Amino acid sequence: MSEALFAERTATAGSVPNHATASLAEADRLMTVCNSCRYCEGLCAVFPAMEMRRAFPDGDLNYLANLCHNCGACYWDCQFSPPHEFDVNVPKVLAKVRNDSYAHYVWPGALAGVFARNGLFIALAAAFGVAAFIIGFAAWHDAATLFGTHTGPGAFYRLMPHNTMVALFGAVSLYAVVAIALGIRAFWRDIAAPRAAITDWASIWQAVKDAGSLRYLDGGGVGCMNDDEKPSDARRLYHHLTFYGFMLCFAATSTATLYHYLLGLEAPYPWYDLPVVLGTVGGIGLLIGPAGLLAAKWRREPDLIDETRLGMDVAFIAMLFLTSLTGLLLLVLRATPAMGVMLAVHLGVVFALFLTMPYGKFVHGIYRALALVRYAHERRLESHG
Amino acid sequence: MPSDETSYDVLVIGGGNAALCAAISARREGARVLVLEASDAFWRGGNTRHTRNMRCAHDAATESLSGPYTEEEFFEDLMRVTKGRTDQDLARHMIRESKTMLTWIEEQGVRWQPSLGGTLSLGRTNSFFLGGGRAMLNALYRTAETLGVEIRYEAEVTALEIADGMFLSATVNGETLRAKALVAAAGGFESNIEWLKRYWGEAAENFLIRGTRNNKGTILRLLLDAGVQEVGDPTQCHAVAIDARAPKYDGGIITRLDCVVFGIVVNKHAQRFYDEGEDIWPKRYAIWGRLVAAQPDQIAYIIFDASSLKLFMPSLFPPISASTIEGLAEKLGLEPAALRETVDGFNAAVQPGTFDDKVLDDCRTDGLDPPKTHWARRIEEAPFYAYPVRPGITFTYLGTRVNEEAQILMADGRPSANMFAAGEIMAGNVLGEGYAAGIGMTIGGVFGRIAGREAARTARGNRAQGTIAAKEATDV
Repeated sequence: MSEALFAERTATAGSVPNHATASLAEADRLMTVCNSCRYCEGLCAVFPAMEMRRAFPDGDLNYLANLCHNCGACYWDCQFSPPHEFDVNVPKVLAKVRNDSYAHYVWPGALAGVFARNGLFIALAAAFGVAAFIIGFAAWHDAATLFGTHTGPGAFYRLMPHNTMVALFGAVSLYAVVAIALGIRAFWRDIAAPRAAITDWASIWQAVKDAGSLRYLDGGGVGCMNDDEKPSDARRLYHHLTFYGFMLCFAATSTATLYHYLLGLEAPYPWYDLPVVLGTVGGIGLLIGPAGLLAAKWRREPDLIDETRLGMDVAFIAMLFLTSLTGLLLLVLRATPAMGVMLAVHLGVVFALFLTMPYGKFVHGIYRALALVRYAHERRLESHG
Repeated sequence: MPSDETSYDVLVIGGGNAALCAAISARREGARVLVLEASDAFWRGGNTRHTRNMRCAHDAATESLSGPYTEEEFFEDLMRVTKGRTDQDLARHMIRESKTMLTWIEEQGVRWQPSLGGTLSLGRTNSFFLGGGRAMLNALYRTAETLGVEIRYEAEVTALEIADGMFLSATVNGETLRAKALVAAAGGFESNIEWLKRYWGEAAENFLIRGTRNNKGTILRLLLDAGVQEVGDPTQCHAVAIDARAPKYDGGIITRLDCVVFGIVVNKHAQRFYDEGEDIWPKRYAIWGRLVAAQPDQIAYIIFDASSLKLFMPSLFPPISASTIEGLAEKLGLEPAALRETVDGFNAAVQPGTFDDKVLDDCRTDGLDPPKTHWARRIEEAPFYAYPVRPGITFTYLGTRVNEEAQILMADGRPSANMFAAGEIMAGNVLGEGYAAGIGMTIGGVFGRIAGREAARTARGNRAQGTIAAKEATDV
């Protein structure tokens, strides 16, 4: 009589024997448990996507992990979450898998290690960026220019020629875009997404709406469950302020570029002009949003956090906050002798932000949006039979 | 007696659906309410944690219900599953009241969703909780706390002071708590193995309990010992065959197995003992707990082959597999030759037919005892699979007799002055035997709401039919 089968052994198992990491193996085990329960299928996109599968190889788990918005509702709703012996902690395990996936898909692969010590990496990049610009400004200009008061059109360009600025930031942006695109390709192949999904405009539009509204960060309707089982929509609000703040700042820069090349109008612009208004409104959002997200992170139930990647989360939030803070300070101080140093600091932070985009938390938005496209496509296929 | 000792109007013992509905309903009537939950905050709510839906009558389809389910149809379903063993007046009353539960429970913060994947057959009759039973409980607890209901955890009641059918006080962790009215909503006794042994003997040691470890029946025992009238067959319990690898308690719904109809079921001697294809699975799953309980060592094995693997919902544990029947027998600890003989005998008896798992098909055995009357297909395609199964107890039927106001009846038939009951502890009034999905939550919700309301009115002295004793209680 194989007594070991009974009474003693209550450990559950996954659907696939081999996984690349322990987190993926645990995610497989959890999805197997969840797929035999399904109580959470109304909470978000992860569980309906899970139900379309019976086995969970690594690519599918990376897809599901990036589909998860980490609202926490399934942890509080689950009768098997710890301390139950089935130990079902989907938000935490999928957070680990998701965070590992950023390193798995990064280009070049040799840089995968920066995700493990991401806080340090981003801090060094920011320090390097700021230092480089200050040293550069100091080397190129005498103290009178660096600490002088510059006003009127072209004031910034007396410290750094416009073409130099465009060349530098154009190059770093192009690099970030290429690196991220190669990451996207690796992800899309690994999750075995069908070619058709990427040209299915209805699915893409659905994903844009779902991502833009953070549809799945609401615990199935009441709000995410961050601190405890009491739902709150605060994280979604702060994320909206962050994301749309960032987009407004991006729009400010784009508008300014058009002003420069199409209309021949040179920065700095008056406070009421479009680039400044967009940048100021966006900048305020990009101050409040990250601050709120950081506060929510401190309050989060410890059992839901992938503590190994806290540095990455905080570093990204800090970089966004600093980008906005230095930008707004530049606006306030631009007619004073502090402008030269402030410009160097702001450009240094923004440069570091762009350079580290493929190597930090920024990519979460990219992979999640892609997972949403895939999900929208799967749902459409399913409903069409 | 100093008045501060009677600081609570209503004492609710228990912490599940029935208890919380009672607490909220009493609080909304203006009562000061204390809830005593024996478990800690994580395990609060007993078997409600494992539920997923509630069966309520409704006259029209809703966003989450695919069509109407009339009171009459609900009543017919209840009569069928209980084979008429129900208090018909009480059942009709409950079904009538269930109609307003759908909106009432929503007002307490509970959210609905369309029926879950794999449960489409319940999409018209049963309302599913978004996020399941624990999500539903969390909503009720939030609402209760917001309303000002006091809740104590790890507060197991060990004694009740009851005089002539009137509740006086409860003892918790050595402390005596008084209240003007009591709602007993503390579940049944299914996790009390010693109590189960009184009816099942040593076999009960091998039972697995699908739900909470906390339903020891302490409150039920205290009430019955204090002269409360009992209801329900004490030997009856809802038992299904679940995966033998499930934990002793709280394995919940995910330990169920829906593959009996696709294979054969053998005992530890590798012998079949019942017709696996007698009827469609939803109508037969609840008899298999009892069947396995009657086998030696209360163990059995569902044996099937590769052709059936994907015909049923994925389950928690992977099946045990082997490339030969003998290999499978070895892994299960069965006599290989005996299992080979049983499978060969079965295969030889299978008649030609057209397999269809949606209907009672014509695939059957001939000349086999016991026969398999539907879905009989030869077990011949490797790999071969097995699930070990044991009896899994869902709940017990023995309870306290109540009237339509959820008032506990004493052994002489008189209603208690100030004691009410709701949920599993009184489910036997409605369920003499059998079960229909989601009806436990209906019993808990409907009678919890009534019990809380009537207890509050009793405590506040404005209950229409309040007895003299109840009035005295409020004057203390």
